[in-house]
Amino acid sequence: MDFKSTQTIYRQIEHWVYEQILSGAWKPGERAKSVRELAVAFEVNPNTVMRSYERLQNQEIITNKRGIGFFVNEDAPEKIHAIRKKEFMKEEVPEFLKNMRLLGIDFNEIVNCE
Amino acid sequence: MIQLSNVEFGYDKNRKLFNGVNWQLEPGHLYGLLGRNGAGKTTLLKIMTGLLFPQAGDALIDGEPAHKRTAQQLSDIYFLQEEIYVPHLKIKQFEAAFAPFYPNFSHEQFVEYLREMEMDNMLGFIDKFSHGQKKKVMIAFALATNVPLLIMDEPTNGLDIPTKSIFRKIMAAYADEQKTVIISTHQVRDLHSLIDAVSILDNGRMILNASSDVITDKLLFDVDDQKAQDGKVFYTEETPRGIYQVKENVNHIDSALDLELLFNAAVQNKQEFTELFK
Repeated sequence: MDFKSTQTIYRQIEHWVYEQILSGAWKPGERAKSVRELAVAFEVNPNTVMRSYERLQNQEIITNKRGIGFFVNEDAPEKIHAIRKKEFMKEEVPEFLKNMRLLGIDFNEIVNCE
Repeated sequence: MIQLSNVEFGYDKNRKLFNGVNWQLEPGHLYGLLGRNGAGKTTLLKIMTGLLFPQAGDALIDGEPAHKRTAQQLSDIYFLQEEIYVPHLKIKQFEAAFAPFYPNFSHEQFVEYLREMEMDNMLGFIDKFSHGQKKKVMIAFALATNVPLLIMDEPTNGLDIPTKSIFRKIMAAYADEQKTVIISTHQVRDLHSLIDAVSILDNGRMILNASSDVITDKLLFDVDDQKAQDGKVFYTEETPRGIYQVKENVNHIDSALDLELLFNAAVQNKQEFTELFK
C-alpha cells in the first residue's frame, strides 16, 4: 500500500476493511482481525489502526466485545454499501466528471465503453 | 515519566548547543525525533539517559535527575546508540551477561526477534558479524528488554531492504500503552507510518513536540495544481506531481501527515509553530 498519497493511513485501512467485508473475506458475525495483527500487516502504529476501528465502530460496522475482540456486525455489508455510495457520489463522481470534461468524453462513449 | 526542562548544554564554553530545551514524553507513543545534522539529537538523548549532564535546567526520569543513574532508572531505559559497541561474546553469552539488568527481559521474545531477522543460527562472536548483523542482534536485545523507555538512534541505518520491513512489523507489534519509544532518524521514509508523535529539534530548541493527531488537526498537508488562496500557507514545494503545501487547517480537514514537509515547514516557521502548538 502506498501511503504517500494524500489519503490518511487510517482512512486507507478503513477502506481496506470495507473491501474485506464486501468481498466476503470477513463475514458478518465473525471476528475481525485484531488491532495488533493489522498494525503488523500494514507496518503501522497500532494507534493508527485503533483510530480506524473507532471510526468503524461509530459507523456500526464492527462491535467491540470487551475482552474478546472486534466482531463484524450482521448488517455491516448494507452499512458499507450506503457509506461507499455516498462517498462515491461525493468524491469519485466529481473527479470522474472533471476528467470527462478535460478529455472531451461524452456520456454515450461511457455507456458503450464495455 | 521523562521530562526535560530548560536544558542548556554545549561542548564548547562559548557556544551553546542547547539554550533551554523543553521536552515531555507521554507513554503509549512512538516518537520520531527529527533534526538536521549537528542539531544535537544524539547529545539530547545522552542527556536524557544520564550519559551527559545538563549545564543548566533539569532532565528527570520518574522525577529524579537522570544523571543520578540509579539502578531503578537504568533498568527502565534502553538506549540503542547509532554506533554500537559489541563485546567479544557470542549471542547466548551476551544475553546471559546483560539480560539480568532488565527485570522484564523476555528470552522468548529475544529468540523470536532473532528468528524474524534471520539471526537465530548465528553461533559466532558478535564482534565478528557485519555491521548490519550486529545491529540486528542489538535491536532484538533492545526490544526484548521490554523497558518502559526505549530509545533508538538511527535503528534502520545499515539494515538491508527486507529487514527494514521486518523491523517495521516488529515495532508495530511492540508499541503499547505503557511503553515510550523514541526513534531518532533522518530516514523518515523508513518509519513514517510507525511514528505517531513528532519532536523536532532545531537551533538549540524543541520547536515542535506533538502527536500526529494534533499535528493533522492543526495543519493541512495538501497536493494541488494551484497555490492556495485562503488561509496561512507555511510551506510550499513545487514538483511535477503538483504543488505540495502545508497550510493552517482552518476547515478541519483530515490529511495525511508528511514528515518531510512537516520538517521543512517547522524549521521555516519556528515562531508560528511554537504559538500554534502551545
